[in-house]
Amino acid sequence: MDIYLPIAEVSLDIFVLLGLGAAVGFLSGVFGVGGGFLLTPLLIFIGVPPTVAVASSANQLVGASVSGVLAHWRRGNVDFKMGYVLLVGGLAGSFLGVWIFTLLKRVGQVELTISLCYVLLLGTLGGLMIIESIRSMLRLHRPGAGRRRLHQHTWMHGLPLKARFRRSKLYISALLPIGIGFVIGVFSAILGIGGGFIMVPAMIYMLGMPTSVVPGTSLLQIIFVAANVTVLQAYTNRTVDAVLALVLLVGGVVGARIGSRFGTRLRGEQLRFLLALMVLAVAAKLAFDMTVRPADLYSIASEKG
Amino acid sequence: MNPRSTSVPGKLACRGFVLVAALLIWAPPTRAEALIADLTSHLIAITTGFTGASVVLFGATDGPGDVVVTVRGPDREMTVRRKSRIAGIWVNTREVTFANVPSFYAVAASRPIEDIVSPANAALYRLGIANLKLESEAPAPSVVVDTFRAALEHTQQQAGLFANRFGKVDFLGERLFRTTIAFPSNVPTGTYLVEVFLVRDKDVVSGQTTPLVVSKVGVDAAVFEYASRQPGFYGAIAVLTAVVAGWLASLPFRGA
Repeated sequence: MDIYLPIAEVSLDIFVLLGLGAAVGFLSGVFGVGGGFLLTPLLIFIGVPPTVAVASSANQLVGASVSGVLAHWRRGNVDFKMGYVLLVGGLAGSFLGVWIFTLLKRVGQVELTISLCYVLLLGTLGGLMIIESIRSMLRLHRPGAGRRRLHQHTWMHGLPLKARFRRSKLYISALLPIGIGFVIGVFSAILGIGGGFIMVPAMIYMLGMPTSVVPGTSLLQIIFVAANVTVLQAYTNRTVDAVLALVLLVGGVVGARIGSRFGTRLRGEQLRFLLALMVLAVAAKLAFDMTVRPADLYSIASEKG
Repeated sequence: MNPRSTSVPGKLACRGFVLVAALLIWAPPTRAEALIADLTSHLIAITTGFTGASVVLFGATDGPGDVVVTVRGPDREMTVRRKSRIAGIWVNTREVTFANVPSFYAVAASRPIEDIVSPANAALYRLGIANLKLESEAPAPSVVVDTFRAALEHTQQQAGLFANRFGKVDFLGERLFRTTIAFPSNVPTGTYLVEVFLVRDKDVVSGQTTPLVVSKVGVDAAVFEYASRQPGFYGAIAVLTAVVAGWLASLPFRGA
């Protein structure tokens, strides 16, 4: 059964969309990331214009993150203070991101930039994650590995504006989460992602937050960043398809519930290893697509005249 | 089926066709128009379940001749970009912007255009994709413009938005004709112009113009309207809807 999407201006099979939402929801339930980094490329693949896919994914992400945060909040796994500090940076970053997006759209390089950003981000992160997860899997098999420190101290801990984050058991410079939030805000606006898959590793490895509070806190700030991106995209580019977002959300909720049940059966290292593999696979596919001679060298952008 | 709604060439078309036929046979007008034609529907309504539509155009001529039908959607400015390889990656490098490109263009004729109309007339009445006036906004070498124009025509044809359909106007006897105009699901909205030409001896002897409206209706139209008129509020509502949906979705988790 086809459904006509009023902003994307295409008809797509509603079951394909629901299935897509469910599949991405399943993965996000398993891994605790938003899944936007998979959703946007998949939407483009099934025929949604890239600009609409980016903006509508952000809209879908708002709903997905709300339900995720509520679930984590009930288990007491959200560091609200850290979330708000990240948010300050995130909002500022998303303004810059939407501005860059608008500029790129005018120049005609937005599709390339989206793909390029994805390859760089996913490639780097996937690589780092895979190395880390293999290391920690090996460490588990060594009995006399000894106790690790809570986190490593680096130059980042020498920055001013120190603040105490009780829930995360941290005493660090507020500039650090603000900076991370800012960078992720920029990317989420350009790529239509919440940045969970960048945020989660950054929180664990750069901030040294305990793993238990990471997904909930990351999702908390994603709600606001994604909401901001949605409104800005709707306002400047008119590319938010609320109907598309809602259909995806319905599928996503079902998928996320199955996924989170499935996720509890896997160990942390195995989870991270699988996530890393998936991230690398997406990066490899996108990189491959960019280097292959396109079937049609010409593309058309139309403007209401 | 509601006659105003999307497609259905079948019954309605036949009825209209029979009506015209009956008029011609039983009550021949004293001062005959050279050409009469009409559409089975003047509105293509894009609803939530829209998958494309077709409209039947039927009519009669006052004697032998060929019929050419063109359907033009509202003009758009279109930018064609060409990718080339830079450092192993395919990047958009060159672009040509065409000012007045019909967002939809279909031509149907009883025989190939070049067989029935002189080239000058075909150009004058813009019969056939090749005769559309597509001009580059910025001055560019004609070789470049020509290749980009060819790419534009090709892409639009692939998308079903440009169509040359010669030999697709069917005659019933010498005077009654009909043709079906197909619109894909990605049909642009706006007011279309349907032009019917009667051609004799390579010359256009009569013509008629009928409007056709392609419009979103119902929820989709409301969403689209609101999104373009109140973009800020639309964005806020989209966010709120998602928040509420997310909250509702999390409710069943409470028991678990």
